[in-house]
Amino acid sequence: MSQTYQLITALAVDPVPWARAQMAFTLMCHIILVPLGVSWALMTLVANYRAIRHDNPHALLLAQRWSKYMAVTFAVGAVTGTVLSFEFGLLWPRFMGRWGAAFGVPFAFEGIFFFVEAIFVAIYIFGWRRLKPWTHFWTGVPIVLAGIFGTMSVVAANAWMNAPAGFTLNAQGDVVSVNPIGVIFNKSMPLQAAHMLVAAYLVGGFLVASVYAAAMLRGRRDHYHRLAFTIAFTVAAIATPVQLAVGDTIARWVYQNQPTKFAAIELVPTTSSDVPETLLGRVGPNWTVKGGLPIPGLASWLSDPSTGKATVVQGLKAFPVDNQPTIAEVNIVHLMWDVMIGLGTLLFLLALWYGIGWVVRRRLPSNRLFLLAATAAGPLAVIAMEAGWIVTEVGRQPWIVYNQMRVSAAVTGNHGVWISFIAIVILYAALGVTTILVLHRMSRRFRRAGGFVEHDTPYAPRPAPQSTPPAEPEQRVKVLDP
Amino acid sequence: MSTAVAIVLLIAVVAYAIFAGADFGAGFWDLIAGGPDRGARSRGVIEHSIGPVWEANHVWLIFILVVLWTSFPPAYASITLTLYVPMMIAALGIVLRGAGFAFRKVAVTPRNQRILGGAFAIPSVLVPYAMGAMAGGVASGRVPTGGRAGDPVHSWINPTSIMGGVLAVAAVAYLAAVYLVWDARRLGDPAAAEYFRRRAVGAGCAVVVVAAVSVVVLHADARYLFDGLFSRALPLLILGVLCGVGALLLLVRGAAAGARLLAVLAVASIVTAWMVGQWPYLLPTSLTASAAASPNGTLTAVLVAVGLAAVTVLPAFIGLYVLDQLGKLPDEGVDDVADRQLDSPRQADAVEPAGADDRT
Repeated sequence: MSQTYQLITALAVDPVPWARAQMAFTLMCHIILVPLGVSWALMTLVANYRAIRHDNPHALLLAQRWSKYMAVTFAVGAVTGTVLSFEFGLLWPRFMGRWGAAFGVPFAFEGIFFFVEAIFVAIYIFGWRRLKPWTHFWTGVPIVLAGIFGTMSVVAANAWMNAPAGFTLNAQGDVVSVNPIGVIFNKSMPLQAAHMLVAAYLVGGFLVASVYAAAMLRGRRDHYHRLAFTIAFTVAAIATPVQLAVGDTIARWVYQNQPTKFAAIELVPTTSSDVPETLLGRVGPNWTVKGGLPIPGLASWLSDPSTGKATVVQGLKAFPVDNQPTIAEVNIVHLMWDVMIGLGTLLFLLALWYGIGWVVRRRLPSNRLFLLAATAAGPLAVIAMEAGWIVTEVGRQPWIVYNQMRVSAAVTGNHGVWISFIAIVILYAALGVTTILVLHRMSRRFRRAGGFVEHDTPYAPRPAPQSTPPAEPEQRVKVLDP
Repeated sequence: MSTAVAIVLLIAVVAYAIFAGADFGAGFWDLIAGGPDRGARSRGVIEHSIGPVWEANHVWLIFILVVLWTSFPPAYASITLTLYVPMMIAALGIVLRGAGFAFRKVAVTPRNQRILGGAFAIPSVLVPYAMGAMAGGVASGRVPTGGRAGDPVHSWINPTSIMGGVLAVAAVAYLAAVYLVWDARRLGDPAAAEYFRRRAVGAGCAVVVVAAVSVVVLHADARYLFDGLFSRALPLLILGVLCGVGALLLLVRGAAAGARLLAVLAVASIVTAWMVGQWPYLLPTSLTASAAASPNGTLTAVLVAVGLAAVTVLPAFIGLYVLDQLGKLPDEGVDDVADRQLDSPRQADAVEPAGADDRT
């Protein structure tokens, strides 16, 4: 009994696991909102463009409603992002104290992009009725650009943790000079930024498309729903093959630059050539690989196709014990890697199906199986992204700054982190549930109002009334409560 | 160069105080506006006033944090090591408040609007209090440097912090009321304007009283800041007091636009006086700005970013405010029949196209 008590108190007092849990939890929540912030603006603009260019009232209504959803998700993303900037200091004060001069540089630029984004989101969302159509359209463009550059800046900071550069240290290990260009354009930045950006379009596209796929499964196959699905799914389908290529390149980069992470990803215990690609499986004590399905030589071959099977991969045992990740961390990294690759492949096949449908039959695949798969694709894409993020972060263990500073040296000395962790989990749970409820209520309201309402022209000054109202949606589901 | 970055930091703090401060203050008035019927009028003005701009105003906080940790990392580390409790309160409050406000806008039923309105309004008071208390902890020298954590309780529960928190809440409430008088007039609602004018006068008097007490507290509890305020920063202090009194006089006579300008100037000069008063220390009296400063490469990058912001963000920010003040950003953005339908079903029937009945 007293032993259990001691264990519990020791666990509560040790800030490291709680700080890691809190950071992971808040980041994993925030990262779901990032793709929506980045890609939804683009999709809305596509709809907006169609609306003005082709005088398509359905597209106009779609753009307006998407901009309303966007406002909600952007607000939630802004506040959860703020929590992160507090947490850098609250959870990792020693990391910020020592490395803030270098790590902070990309954020100085991210601040600008975030500012631009917040300002133009406000103008775009609130300006529907009062700005001229094309003026209004162009106020949406800075949102898309700021989303892209803002993401690149944040990822540059994370990439710097994987490939620290652009600074010199004195004998005490303090940063004495900083080269901002070197910090931002560190070796890991271009690939990591590309990976995250494409992920943002991929996940955002699949996520939005899956909502409309579900609606189409329930019979709402009017022009409005088909248009929404097509725009979102096309964005995702274009991003998916690109992501495959970027991801493959990154794996080789990790092989060359972060050998411990690579060994964990591929589950390689001892240094050798002809290393198999192990599907699933795990490591036990002393790095023995258990279970899984090995594909002979594939990991070596993928690491460097020019040398093929002969490519040597460093094993986990080759590193000093201090620098090795724990067994649990290796298993997490490997499993998450498999999840990311597996889901990525499935999503690629789905995008292929869609693409072939367009090329061969010139129309949207509309059978139930495809729509079911498309409905599942949204949540699966989110899981794939989360898994990929876990691979990056856990794969860097035990380092917070690769080969420079350990996580244990960066953490706060404050013993109450478990309290803030519990508080934040409760708050975020409420926030998540409310966000989904609010979005759901909005969509129900929109649906109840009908696919299209022609009595109100959206832009002022009001043009002459439209001659013919567009066709009513073909099918409609009865809403139960009045 | 560290001085230049410190000035940038000062400008950002002032901007946060006068822009986001007013949003927080609006939350305070929202909180005490009364029940759904009685408070409807003032809540309408508040919603309309801060709806399009609160998110852009909020970004100043991110900007402050980024400049602080990038340019003066030891200061940020020390503050977070010691003042983690009020910081956590502020962080959680900001989440609740932002989400509450954004959700309230799209919620339709009064019950949900009330719950979400509470989530917006209560933290609107808590967050400025926490921030004022942190400022008090810093100003009274309770944040040690060198990787040591200060007292987690007394660093923010002490006379200077309590006064700082109360002063912050009173100041943002005052600022917001002054803005809202002007906004209410712009919206053509003289009754609401009068409502906020009386409250602005009341809040202004409260600020005067709290500030007077603060001076006594500072004398006893934060001597370095007190001495600085009454030597180097004295002109600013006098300017702040004059502007504050002038704004109050204008408000009593009903001149909203002039009062708004003077109130902004008053808050800006008081915040500046505080920073000048504790100069050259970021953390009096143990960490100066120059000792805490990052290497020159980092400071240059920050200044370049600020320069870029000045040419890109500033025009956009001004544009947003001009559009907002010209009334080009109406509250609801774009009307959607879906919103009206739940607001008043009968009216919605009237505007629904023929054949709508089979849908509902």
